[in-house]
Parts: sequence; structure tokens; C-alpha cells
Amino acid sequence: MMTRIRSVLVIFFVFVVPAAGWAEHPAVRVEPSNLHGPRTLQKETATAVIRDYLQSWQSLSTALEQNSAELLDQDFVGTAKDKLTGTMHEQAALGIHTRYRDRAHDLQIVFYSPDGLSIQLIDNVEYDEQIFEHDNVLTMQRVHARYVVVLTPTETRWRVRIFQAEIE
Amino acid sequence: MRRRFALLIVCMAFATMQWARAEGGSISLRPPGTVEAGNAFAIQTTGSGQAILYIVGLGQVIRRNVQLGETTSFPAGVLYNAGHYVAILVAGSNTYNTAFDVVPASRPTSLSFLARPSRLSVGLHDGISGCVYIFDAYHNLITAPTSVSFKLSNPSGAAQERAVVTHDGAAWTAVDSTAKEGVDKFEAQVDGVSSTRVVEQVPGDPCGLKMSATQSGKELELATSPVRDCSGNAVPDGTVVTFTETYNGAQSTVDVPLKRGIAQVEMPVHDGATISVASGVVMGNEIHWR
Repeated sequence: MMTRIRSVLVIFFVFVVPAAGWAEHPAVRVEPSNLHGPRTLQKETATAVIRDYLQSWQSLSTALEQNSAELLDQDFVGTAKDKLTGTMHEQAALGIHTRYRDRAHDLQIVFYSPDGLSIQLIDNVEYDEQIFEHDNVLTMQRVHARYVVVLTPTETRWRVRIFQAEIE
Repeated sequence: MRRRFALLIVCMAFATMQWARAEGGSISLRPPGTVEAGNAFAIQTTGSGQAILYIVGLGQVIRRNVQLGETTSFPAGVLYNAGHYVAILVAGSNTYNTAFDVVPASRPTSLSFLARPSRLSVGLHDGISGCVYIFDAYHNLITAPTSVSFKLSNPSGAAQERAVVTHDGAAWTAVDSTAKEGVDKFEAQVDGVSSTRVVEQVPGDPCGLKMSATQSGKELELATSPVRDCSGNAVPDGTVVTFTETYNGAQSTVDVPLKRGIAQVEMPVHDGATISVASGVVMGNEIHWR
């Protein structure tokens, strides 16, 4: 139990404190892994996956605000990247942009595939969503959602391949 | 007179408030709580006049000009990316919004199936693993628990089958490599949708490695019996067999590749020599020559 609490605290300091450079950084809580796969998850791997996933929110936020799909390249790949890119094109065509600010993440790694080529996590996330039509705010709201996320390893980092909100 | 005028003013103010409430408060929109990805759906609005309806999410953005008070229909295939959406009605300078969700279609249409390794030795317990993610027609991950059937079959028809239920869209299994070398098919199947990978199973390490020796003049002719693995599969030609002769504190070693299933070599005859044979970490028999 103490080890679990310590891991949560370590992850808090590893991820949240360095993120203090953000204007408003999200609170991050990492639950102990509850893996249903056979592969052992090393601490270093879990740390890297969560670090890269949290960074993906920053690039997602900037990309959707600027409707600039190339900002996704570092953190997204495959289906997730294709869908977000499509959304940006639609936003740009309609003269709107969106601002997503993640406020809190409650993360749990739930699956590490036997081949080591994918990791799945669940993120109960809270974020602010602002939708703009040109410079006018159409709406602003706080959203609570459960995201199912699959990341795959690339040369230097884990990238988000599946990024899907679920009904809570 | 003053009282009547004051009453008139109050009545007019009340009527103005009611009118304003009717104008602003009567506008609303009602999307369904959830929409299955790719299905037709409708959003009902109240009020009168023209407005713009936006549907905005991380997966898609849609805009429609709508007539307030009517139902706006979206045909099948328009909204298909699963996720959380906001429907926003822009009527003049006022906006009204409400949230709803798009859920993955229930019917799977594609699988992402990874099987590892693609080549391995026969007879390994849980040596082959398979991992599958299930998607609908729009590449949404189907997260509802779904039964996946895994099957590893070899050309002779023998098969190992596993049924696994997905967790959040993913399922995995591990099966043994079979006793017989050859090319096996590893298949994952969900609701009539399948994906197949080929797994080549090759003979394992030599088992029961045995050599014999025959003197021919000043040479010893050493030859192995046909080299097989523990399941009886012939170890492939090219596998290196090492013969070692130890005599009077000196040692000489010869590496020979298998050719037509056996390895053979000639080494000098020394009375009292000990000759051993090995392949990799597998030791064979020893001969003490006298």
C-alpha cells in the first residue's frame, strides 16, 4: 500500500512539478496498473508512456487551436492522427477553432500487449472546451470524459494511436 | 389618471418581459443522448427563425443551417467518429448548446491482429502470442465486451482454439507451438470477421545427438546419426555440429554443418583420445578410442 502511495507521489512530482512551466498545468493522478496482459510492465516504461501521453494533450490543444495538423506529428500516429487531422480540416473550412485545456487526469494502464508493441490506458479526464467561430466564443464548458487510449512505441517515444472518448 | 398610467406602464413592462422570454427562452435543441457511429439521427429544435447548428467534437465538426422549430435530420454516414460532442445552436447573437455522445457501432468490421513471433521452434509452451483490437466500419475501437476466437492450425488439421472476451477493445492469448514443423495459420475471428497470420515452426535443438567412429588408416571417420529434435523433426542442414578430440592434454575442434541430415568429419587417430560431439548447447555422446 505504501509502495502504491509512493508511486502516485513520485509520478505526481515527475509529471506535475516539471509541468509548472505551463500556464495552468493539469493535476495528474496515476492509479496502480491493472494489467490484463501477460507482459510485465517496467516502471521506466510506464513513466515514459504517461509522460508522452500527457505531452500529447499539449500538442493536441495547440494543434486544434491553430488548426495546424503538423503539430500532431510528434505525439500522434495512425487512426488518432488521421481523425484529429480531419477534425482540423473541418474546423478550418468552417471558420472555427477550439481550445482544449486539460485540468485533471486520472490514469490507469490496463493492457500491455504480449509483443510489447502497444499499451492501453484509461484516462478519466477533466478538461475545458472553448469553441470559437472566428474570434467569437460560441460556448465554453468543462467536460468530464473517460478516454480509452492506445499508444505504440516509435523510434524515440510512445505515440497515441487510438484516442477515443467513452460514455462515463 | 396617474394610477391608470402607472398600471399601463406596468402592464407594458410585463408584456415586454413575456415577449422577451418567449423570444429567447423558447429556443432549445434536443439531440439524442447517444448516437451509434454512422447511424442516421435527428436534432429537434424549438423556436422560430433561422439558426446555425454546429456539432463539434475531437472527432468531427459539422455545420448546418436550420429552421428553428423543425427537426434537422442527419442521414447515415454523416457522424461516424466515436466521442463526445457538443451541439451548438447559434440564433442571432444567442447560442444554446447541449452535449451528446457518439458510440462505436456494435458490429465489428476489422481487426488489428498482431501475432508473434512469425518463426519459432516446435514444442514451446505459450510460445506464440496474439493480440487483437476490434474496430467498427469507421475505425472506432469497439469497447463493449466482445468474444474473440483464436485458432492455431497446422496443415495436418490439428488446431488449438481459445475464446477470449475483450477488455476495452483488446484481447490476447498465448498458444503452444506444435510438435511438428511446418507453416501454421493463426487466426483471430470476431463475429464473422477474421484476420490470419502465418507462423513458421521450425525444428528445435537436436535431441539425442549420437556419433559413431570408424578407423580408416591414420584417420578416424566420425559421423552422426540423422540429427533430429526431441519431436522427431529433422534438424535443418547447415546447423553446425562440433567434434572435439582431446588427447594428451591437447584439444582439436572441428565445426561441421549438417548435410543431408548428418555431420561427418575425419580426425587423426590417437590411442587414448576422447572424442565428443555437440551442437550448440546440446551435448552428444563421447567415444574413448583405444
